[in-house]
Amino acid sequence: MPIWGWPMTEILFFFEVVLAGLLAGTMYSLVALGFVLIYKASATFNFAQGAMVFFAVLSFVGFMELGLPFVLAFLVTILLMIAVGYATERLVIEPLTGQSEDTMLMATIGLAFVLQGLAQAVWGVEVRRLDLGIPDFPIPWLADNLGIFVSALDVTAGVVAGVLIIVLSLLFRFTKMGLGLRAVADDPGAAASIGIPLKNIMLLVWSTAGIVALVTGMMWGARAGVQFALVDLALKALPVLIIGGFSSIPGAIVGGLIIGVVEKTLEVYVGPYFGGGIEGWAPYVLAILFLLWRPEGLFGEKIIRRV
Amino acid sequence: MTDKPVFMTYSRSDVTNFAVLMILAFAVVPFTIETDYWYSSILIPWLCLALAAIGQQFVMGYAGQLALGAAGFMAAGAFACYNIELRIPWMPFPLSLLFSGIIAAAFGVLFGLPSLRVRGIYLMVATLASQFFIIWMIDKFGWFKNYDTSGIITAQDIMIFGVPFTSPMQMYLVVAVVVTILTILAVNMTRGSVGRNWMAVRDMDIAAESMGISLLRAKLQAFALSAFYCGVAGALFAFTYLKSLEPVAFDIKLSFSILFMVILGGLGTINGAFVGAAFILLFPVVLNTAGNAWFHGTIDATIISAIEQVVFGALIILFLIYEPLGMAKLWENTKQRLLDRRPVGEARPNKKPKTG
Repeated sequence: MPIWGWPMTEILFFFEVVLAGLLAGTMYSLVALGFVLIYKASATFNFAQGAMVFFAVLSFVGFMELGLPFVLAFLVTILLMIAVGYATERLVIEPLTGQSEDTMLMATIGLAFVLQGLAQAVWGVEVRRLDLGIPDFPIPWLADNLGIFVSALDVTAGVVAGVLIIVLSLLFRFTKMGLGLRAVADDPGAAASIGIPLKNIMLLVWSTAGIVALVTGMMWGARAGVQFALVDLALKALPVLIIGGFSSIPGAIVGGLIIGVVEKTLEVYVGPYFGGGIEGWAPYVLAILFLLWRPEGLFGEKIIRRV
Repeated sequence: MTDKPVFMTYSRSDVTNFAVLMILAFAVVPFTIETDYWYSSILIPWLCLALAAIGQQFVMGYAGQLALGAAGFMAAGAFACYNIELRIPWMPFPLSLLFSGIIAAAFGVLFGLPSLRVRGIYLMVATLASQFFIIWMIDKFGWFKNYDTSGIITAQDIMIFGVPFTSPMQMYLVVAVVVTILTILAVNMTRGSVGRNWMAVRDMDIAAESMGISLLRAKLQAFALSAFYCGVAGALFAFTYLKSLEPVAFDIKLSFSILFMVILGGLGTINGAFVGAAFILLFPVVLNTAGNAWFHGTIDATIISAIEQVVFGALIILFLIYEPLGMAKLWENTKQRLLDRRPVGEARPNKKPKTG
């Protein structure tokens, strides 16, 4: 049954490509979510989010190797990420309060190198496997009945991303902490002067970003192995943020999905003409084109600069 | 970012320093250092990387645009040089270098275009695109590599009007001459109107624009010159240090290294490029030697490189907090303390800033 001259198998294949893109996109969204959290609270672009993902999941796997059971390793890693958040806040963010955005960005690049170096120095550099007990092959029921090949791991990643986003959005929107957080993001000085505990808020945000990093790392790690390449993969969250807008949680999600789909479809349908490999740069070029059209991103607040 | 006197002239000490450096570089070094190791593993890569760092200084330290694609432009320069030498065999090496720089500059302008609309992290993403795109392009289109399938291409010998420059010392001289010329140009450019415009744009672009400085011109100029310097540096790096051409050598790690050189060396100084390059190049050597001496080879090389990353990252943070102007400024301060034992920053009575 061809549609517009396309045979049915081609159409199914196209849907499969799009679906694979969407699911890969949720992975990018998860990384982007960590960036957005910190950007929302402190207008700091945290370049180290990718390194935090690597640091968290490598530590998690390391603790498991030391013989800790899954749940305990998870909890210990969460404590570790809170400690990292605390140290970051006290040693990097606080001394640089009030500096320009570019300075903060450079400082977080430094932080990224500290974290990825520390993780490798402590746990070693070899590639680890991470088995979450979720199979990474097509779900048989879907494959048999609909002819669509989707792995259970991808679906889990999608669900986890969805839950995280809903929980975080609700926290931001309806809790006192979330209100304080938005106040701090708006004007740290004014927020502090009316008694909002600036340090606690920042600590909370960095810890949450650390936990998001751990979850992201576990998803990525189960898919691609726990290895240094995770840091480079996390760089792809940058174009995601540009498309979605830096200060918007829904933006991170939609941006991630767009990048995932565009990247996959381009690679499958356009890539062969160039010998493949275009997914390495296509997201960045897409981001540039997007910048020309809408610099603040799809969901971001309009950027207003004053002299 | 910097507070320098508005009127900068060459003082007598600048001229003496320059003369001493030139004598060291061209009269003392070639006659005293005989081991090839020093030329091919320390001096040549140091000068090449310092040149690339000057390029990064233009765009980041002077024009204040956060760019992260220096290695991409270096790759463009290196492969342009290879192709020029390959296809026009009679072309003398200095001319090949010049054209490689110009080709890299064209890429610089192209990928600098987004800087007209965006800044900060946005611009960094745009320049990352250049990094990934240029490397991919060289990798995928066989023409750039002369359809070589091995992945590593041997660089041609350096010939200048029929005279070969192939020994490490001769190559050092070629690099030193090129770097000297480009550094003098860079110093003058950054002190002149070009550099002033860049700094005005860096310090407050809207104000600069309302004073009649064309942002378009200043920014694209910065990107073009930056890419030119990186392109020449990349060609020298490939022909005199690596002696081979492979896109992998110019990956994002090198871009980060060059970024670190500029931040640690001191943003907005040409000296800083040299100091930063020396530090980033030499620190791993020192760390490796120390690691081997203390642990007698029991400590893994990968662990040492991990420690290196921690140290670089921590230094970046420390310098941003305590001395944003980097090692060049640190050195300046120490010198001043030792020389006149006066608190830094206090005006010296015999050197009042000129007025009018």
